[in-house]
Amino acid sequence: MDDIFKSRTSRRAFLRGSAAAVAGSVAGTAAASEPDPLITELQDWASYTGVGVDETPYGLPIRFEADVVRRNVEWLTASPISSINFTPIHALDGTITPQGCAFERHHSGAIELSKEDYRLMINGLVDQPLVFTYEDLERFPRENHVYFCECAANTGMEWAGAQLNGVQFTHGMIHNMEYTGVPLRTLLNEAGLNAAGELSDKWVYVEGADASSNGRSIPMEKALDDVLVAFKANGEALRMEHGYPVRLVVPGWEGNMWVKWIRRIEVVDAAVESREETSKYTDVYEDGTARKWTWVMDAKSVVTSPSPQKPITHGKGPLVISGLAWSGHGRITRVDVSKDGGINWETARLGKQGDTKALTRFYLDTEWDGSPMLLQSRAMDETGYVQPTKDQLREQRGENSVYHNNCIQTWYVNAEGIAENVEVS
Amino acid sequence: MSKSLSHIFLPAFGGAALAIAAAVVVANRDYGQSKIETLEDRIAQVEAQASAASEMARAEAERATALDVKIAEVQAAAAERMESGVTLIASAPDADGRYGLGRAALVDEIAAWDVDVLPDGRGLPEGSGDVFTGEEVFAEKCASCHGDFAEGVDNWPVLAGGFDTLGDKDPVKTVGSYWPHLSTAWDYIHRSMPFGEAGTLTADETYAIVAYILYSNDLVDDEFELSHENFTAFEMHNKNGFVVDDRSELEYAQWRKEPCMENCKDSVEITMRATFLDVTPEGGGDSVMNHATTNDTPTFSAVAASDTNAQSVDAGTADVAAVDPALVETGEKVFKKCKACHAVGEGAKNKSGPQLNALLGRTIGAIEGFKYSAAFKAAHDEGRTWDETAMTEFLTKPKAYMKGTKMSFAGLKNEDDIAAVIAYLKSFGG
Repeated sequence: MDDIFKSRTSRRAFLRGSAAAVAGSVAGTAAASEPDPLITELQDWASYTGVGVDETPYGLPIRFEADVVRRNVEWLTASPISSINFTPIHALDGTITPQGCAFERHHSGAIELSKEDYRLMINGLVDQPLVFTYEDLERFPRENHVYFCECAANTGMEWAGAQLNGVQFTHGMIHNMEYTGVPLRTLLNEAGLNAAGELSDKWVYVEGADASSNGRSIPMEKALDDVLVAFKANGEALRMEHGYPVRLVVPGWEGNMWVKWIRRIEVVDAAVESREETSKYTDVYEDGTARKWTWVMDAKSVVTSPSPQKPITHGKGPLVISGLAWSGHGRITRVDVSKDGGINWETARLGKQGDTKALTRFYLDTEWDGSPMLLQSRAMDETGYVQPTKDQLREQRGENSVYHNNCIQTWYVNAEGIAENVEVS
Repeated sequence: MSKSLSHIFLPAFGGAALAIAAAVVVANRDYGQSKIETLEDRIAQVEAQASAASEMARAEAERATALDVKIAEVQAAAAERMESGVTLIASAPDADGRYGLGRAALVDEIAAWDVDVLPDGRGLPEGSGDVFTGEEVFAEKCASCHGDFAEGVDNWPVLAGGFDTLGDKDPVKTVGSYWPHLSTAWDYIHRSMPFGEAGTLTADETYAIVAYILYSNDLVDDEFELSHENFTAFEMHNKNGFVVDDRSELEYAQWRKEPCMENCKDSVEITMRATFLDVTPEGGGDSVMNHATTNDTPTFSAVAASDTNAQSVDAGTADVAAVDPALVETGEKVFKKCKACHAVGEGAKNKSGPQLNALLGRTIGAIEGFKYSAAFKAAHDEGRTWDETAMTEFLTKPKAYMKGTKMSFAGLKNEDDIAAVIAYLKSFGG
């Protein structure tokens, strides 16, 4: 996979490119008939002074970026208090999601819980049930890891057909942050697991402090592996909407398990089978039976630009096709891009080697001749798993699943550069 | 004298030795033989010291060279580790022993928080409730969202029916048709419901509500009483409807292989186009899973968004001036108790309760399109209006002031809270 990271421009190709540029310079380079007043005239910002350092103690994006915000789809849910919004992934680049525009999902609204009022209880099959304060948590050895958090329902509206015309809406129930936190196993060791006996059939039940008291059962094997009790994201405190002051991070597994405002961890000998792991987040098949405990988010990718909210506005010529890929099973090793709806594929360039269970950015640097495209991307992870087509998924699961839709997405880009969410044969 | 004076010219002696030699030459010969011997001894001493010093210097130089080599080796090894991705980075250490942080959880604390109920009934408190009681409690606390017959209002969850729909295009997944364990319903209702008043139901109320939900699903008759004693005997309709994740056998096995790169299909046609957000020219209607029109779609215009903000600021300023800002701020916090069902402010829409803009001075039950209870309709027809007195009485005990209201809220106990929330509502006009 190494050659994916190397520059794909050989010296020969560079020379060829230069020759073409010289030959095409008359036709290809835009000519200005009038001098650009932005250059020839003295502009206000080049003459007057700007704002001082005391203007904005905590900065927000400049007003020109006001459309890079989370959005929701009103008809999806009964109330915005028990609802979801979407990360504007069409407008972001790189891999880290700024907290302020990272999607939110609440079951009973985001709550204000201060560090002083925060308590975390560990009970159940432990040697000594314990209560921790926020300050206690900061005294355990901690780690930093970048992980994606994807709602199991991401792309869920697309099972039955192409529905929402924007990558923010089809794929925006995802964010990717660097978390700082204490490994869950450290806290479990602190309470002592001798009382639990044989650990392989034990579970950890985790529960939030908000009114929904969202609770999920996690197998002990995962709990002792890479789960974090996190209190920082991207270097700063978690935002209220992401569980301030403390949330659970369950790498690679569906977002609902990343319990926010986590208040209790109970070691149990069976899954609790709470509402969120039976009536919700289970996958119904065509014959009416359902799959449960589908925790891992399989490999998935999507082109974020161009996309319906990010049309091509510059016309023919150099075009950067860009997107995101991720897998709950580990690292992304390769992403292929098709411009013809899956007939032919080109291997994209990965921005950098992806972290395990984190977003990876890919680019396909190309020349657009102005003809329509059916853009697709296809991710592969370190297990060799290849992201399936919509038809492959439907063949396995039917159309009623709602959750865990990791199909290949298609954007139809017309000759004007406008992109639309479509399904193809 | 075994050692000649010429020894003093040994380079190792340096300037000090030369000075000593000079001193010897100009010395008074009468100074005495003993003095010369003393000097010779001294020279021998200095010579020995110089020799030892030079030996030490050589040894130190050797050690320095060896250390330089060692440093180069360590640096090379570190560089190699950096390249191979292995670095000084390490996981947080695992505790062999314990850190001694936190404190023992008290029995009462565990009892307060550990209330989850498992499928085998562990965690259930003693208690009971029958269908008849359940119907009353449900009507009071649940029906505003879930409907009188658990059929669901607007987009709120349907709790009853849907049997034999799980294989349909839009399966109706209710407590009756889908939920595999009764414990899940009891646990969720007791801990997380009613929406906006979680944690307020008693054990008996919860048994009664669950009994009523089973009744509304035609799973029990109207004489049924549910209790901690007969709870686990009840088997759910869909208890065998679930399989544990088997993607590794069914999907991973066939999808973990080198994918096709060229001429993978003969041709590709667009079979469906999205209908939302953009006006899609053709074929969009068939793809609509939810009953929404393009009018419901979100807009992307940043200009429109900032215009709305500007309006809300303009509309609010004048009214805010009439009330105490601190009181309004307190009221905003109190209003959190109302937010599950009521919206207020720019663009506020009816939820399970009517929107509350310009409420004070408004005729009771006057929001068009909201389905008021008979009690509210009557008050409306009588021409009654919301003034501060009416509002205070209503908020103190809603069901006493307006017998028959669908509002399940029990009321605000604190007079200051009532005054604050009224001030807050006033800040939105009226």
